[in-house]
Amino acid sequence: MSESMYAQLVGLCAAVLLLCAVLIVWRRSLHGQIRLLAAQGWGLGVLVAVLGIHEGDGQLMIVAVLVLALKGIVLPRVLTRATVTDNGDLREETPLINTTASLILVALLMMLAYLVSRPVQALGSTPPVAAVPVGMAVTLFGFLVLSTRRHAVSQLIGFLLLDNGIGTIAFLTAGGVPLVVELGVSLDVLLVVLILQVLTSRIRAEFGGADLDDLTELRD
Amino acid sequence: MGAVLLLTPGCCLLVALTVAGLRGRGPDVLLCYAGVAGSVVALGSGLTLVVAHLGGHGAAVTTLGGQLRADSLSAFMLTSIGAVGLTATLADAPRRSRPVPSPSYPALVLLFLGAMSVAVLADNLGVLWVAVEATTVATAFLVGHHGSRHALEAAWKYVVLGSVGVAIAFLGIVLLYAATRSAGVATLSWSTLNGTHPALDPSLVRLAAALAILGFATKTGLAPMHSWLPDAHSQAPAPVSGLMSGVLLSVAFYAILRIQAVAAPVIGTTMMRSLLATAGLLSLAVATLLMISQRDLKRLLAYSSVEHVGVLALAASVGGSLAIAAALLHVLGHGLAKATAFVGSGWVLETEGTTRISDLRHLLHRRPGIAIPLLAAVMALLGLPPFSLFFSEVGIVVAGFQRGMGWVMAAMVALLMAAFVALVRRLAPMFLGHRSDDVGSPDRTVPGIVLPLAVALAVTAVAGFAAGPFATLLTDAAAVLSAP
Repeated sequence: MSESMYAQLVGLCAAVLLLCAVLIVWRRSLHGQIRLLAAQGWGLGVLVAVLGIHEGDGQLMIVAVLVLALKGIVLPRVLTRATVTDNGDLREETPLINTTASLILVALLMMLAYLVSRPVQALGSTPPVAAVPVGMAVTLFGFLVLSTRRHAVSQLIGFLLLDNGIGTIAFLTAGGVPLVVELGVSLDVLLVVLILQVLTSRIRAEFGGADLDDLTELRD
Repeated sequence: MGAVLLLTPGCCLLVALTVAGLRGRGPDVLLCYAGVAGSVVALGSGLTLVVAHLGGHGAAVTTLGGQLRADSLSAFMLTSIGAVGLTATLADAPRRSRPVPSPSYPALVLLFLGAMSVAVLADNLGVLWVAVEATTVATAFLVGHHGSRHALEAAWKYVVLGSVGVAIAFLGIVLLYAATRSAGVATLSWSTLNGTHPALDPSLVRLAAALAILGFATKTGLAPMHSWLPDAHSQAPAPVSGLMSGVLLSVAFYAILRIQAVAAPVIGTTMMRSLLATAGLLSLAVATLLMISQRDLKRLLAYSSVEHVGVLALAASVGGSLAIAAALLHVLGHGLAKATAFVGSGWVLETEGTTRISDLRHLLHRRPGIAIPLLAAVMALLGLPPFSLFFSEVGIVVAGFQRGMGWVMAAMVALLMAAFVALVRRLAPMFLGHRSDDVGSPDRTVPGIVLPLAVALAVTAVAGFAAGPFATLLTDAAAVLSAP
């Protein structure tokens, strides 16, 4: 792979990751958000594969397959299961701020991401390091979704967005963490999402809906 | 010797899988005492490592090609996990009068213990992170064990806030790894980083350390990221609350100490010192404010944990061998006393049917069997001598004054006094006095085993005076962190 093609592929993957994250903030439909999250997972998997081919790192190729399988296929399936209901509450009805305000915040967070990423630029001027602000931005968008959405599944999506962002930064700056850590992290994330899916269905059974505004009984 | 390191995680995983695999068909004794067995193994291997350390002049024990490593600090933490675990699980081990727990309960307790032991034994910040996140996974359903709306709400908040907070710590660890990679030694092993001092980029390490400390502070329960703690600790079954308050918070604090030791040679201590001092004082203030008007006994104990992790954060911000040794003594004393207090609160719930403080009156007169251990534990948590929490708090304050943090220490003492008053004001009416028309004789029965609680409190009472090998262990463990 030539250097210019490598730089273009890394840039393309980063663009896909960022676009999916912005669209997740924009969309209200939960199924639409889950499809975008799956697309983002594929983007991340391809990014890892590109890095692996460029570095000639076989281990990274294994990780790429793992990321594709987990983030592109398994986790979206789990999320889809969490949205299966009889009364079809499939939209984020009551976000704390409306779509326009969210998109303005997205723009501000993008600038913040560039600011926060400045220390990382010390790692050099390679194409992956140049794309690090995208990872930071996806992480920050995850926080935005987590703190402004009130549907249980939306919060799950926010958590996974955060996780994708951190994963992106890990692959761009360090070519991923050591394999044993990568496996452990993937297992932890999968288990957390499964637990939250089970809790979501219990909340739905107990509170009659998956809107977290009802979870206000514990307070001082 | 290296095999000792594998013993606790291995045994916990094996027995947990066995219990889960048998699906309740196994002998009842296995279900009732699995948690006790796991704690005994942790305590035994912790003590073995401590003895080996004291006899072998400080060489660290490693296994699995250096993946697991026990220096004096790890040995001390493993011993604390075992001791607190044994206190909580044995005192509340089910007896004939009580139904046998469903198999998921002991299996999850074992996974919890195993994850904590991996966290303190791993010589890799990434594996440490995976283990800390695994404790969230293992305890999620334990918090939601009662299945009530409250338990469900607590479990949801616990998992979301815990995972998100720890995810921030992972971002920090990733950036640290990137810094080591660009310095030519891609590693997350702190023994390598502390031993070789590669030339890491300071601005990147500063960002990494800030994120990692912030993330693990969430799991430690430091304000302002503490909001999940009172919910989770008050809704979990009593022994699990004891384990979560008594050691899980300390294990997360241990992660902060390791991060600090790795980052300090590169960026100095100024940034981390102010970060931890702010979080510590804020935790003390928040805990005091919320204890003043607290209506529930278990939530009150949970806020007392926020107070004590605030003290630990202040000790970490002071740094140096005296403060860190005092912090480790505080970890042990607080762990044992808090486990005792939570088990006692569980017994109160079982016999009185409530943990609302206003509904609990004259406990010393009516139920001395439960009230005496609970009161002794509360006195230890208040920091009264002879309990070791008094000596550790004094040690931290003295160290702070020595290192020029006089104002911070003055604020800490003032807040500790306020917390003392708040706790006494809430709890005194619960224990003291008796109604004149109360004709029933005092109920001395206890719905559990008092002996482990008595031993735990006795250890807390003498630990502050301990000299000789115990003092050597504490100073050695502190030296691991402040080594040049």
